[in-house]
Amino acid sequence: MTEASGNVGIVIVSHSPLVAEGTADMVRQMVGDEVRVAWCGGDPAGGLGTSVEAIMQAIDRAWTDAGVAILVDLGGAETNSEMAVEMIGEPRAGRIAICNAPIVEGAVMAATEASGGAPLSAVVATAQELSPL
Amino acid sequence: MTQADLITRLVSTAQAVVSRHADELTQLDQAIGDGDHGSNLKRGFDAVASEAAALAEKPVGEALKAAGMKLVMTVGGASGPLFGTMLMTLGKELGDAPDRAAFASAFSKAVDAVAARGKSQQGQKTLLDVLYPVSDALAQGKSGGEIAAIAAGAADATVPVKATRGRASFLGERSIGHMDPGARSVSLLIAAVAPVLEGK
Repeated sequence: MTEASGNVGIVIVSHSPLVAEGTADMVRQMVGDEVRVAWCGGDPAGGLGTSVEAIMQAIDRAWTDAGVAILVDLGGAETNSEMAVEMIGEPRAGRIAICNAPIVEGAVMAATEASGGAPLSAVVATAQELSPL
Repeated sequence: MTQADLITRLVSTAQAVVSRHADELTQLDQAIGDGDHGSNLKRGFDAVASEAAALAEKPVGEALKAAGMKLVMTVGGASGPLFGTMLMTLGKELGDAPDRAAFASAFSKAVDAVAARGKSQQGQKTLLDVLYPVSDALAQGKSGGEIAAIAAGAADATVPVKATRGRASFLGERSIGHMDPGARSVSLLIAAVAPVLEGK
């Protein structure tokens, strides 16, 4: 078990795999391997879009018992992430939160908060402070 | 018509209408969205059609749930969960041998589930602007032909509406003057499957 196993994990879901991977790079620069970070981007045919299956797999990769915070870009990423969380079902679904925050800034802020061992609610709140009310 | 025949015909009819109109749907979406509605739906309904034989072996409710799940997993845009939720809820709510009233009731619940999934409501220039009038028409006992006309009229009626949900809402006033692609695709699907459901 690495140190990351106790901290909230971060999942980045973008329509573009380049955006998702680049965001993950920026997160890693900040938190190294103290936080599990997984990303996905692109629709099931490889075009711009999101895939429920890929999101479920990313959640698995980032999973820790402290839960997972998901950062999304545009509408379909959010809807498909909600669908993925529902399909994962309880008890894990209750420990997965989708943040209402800008994807890049939100991911970096959430991961930084997570790296200090903060609970999921605090990680989400930190990311969402970036959103206009 | 046996249930297996009905399922087979519904699947092939839906796939055919989406395939035939995929370019048109994509053009509508290019005007006020991200331009993938036609290709996304085509990928989803092609995937459903590729499993038509397995679907036809299931009870109709289970077949609807499986088809909806296939759309969720293959469409790749928000329309995957939206169309998928419609079919999965219909499948869950339909009894084993639904009559007209049971179908109308299940359809109404499915439309509400789509609204919840999309955190949206009627009047925001989305597929709901077609689904709600169709649901009302079903409850009122309208014929398939009447329902198809209501669906087409409801899709046309999205043209002057300013979008307040979905990517078209980013355009604000500039979304006015374009038909909502989701409203159009739903109206096409309803018009195509209505005669099949009536046994024609």
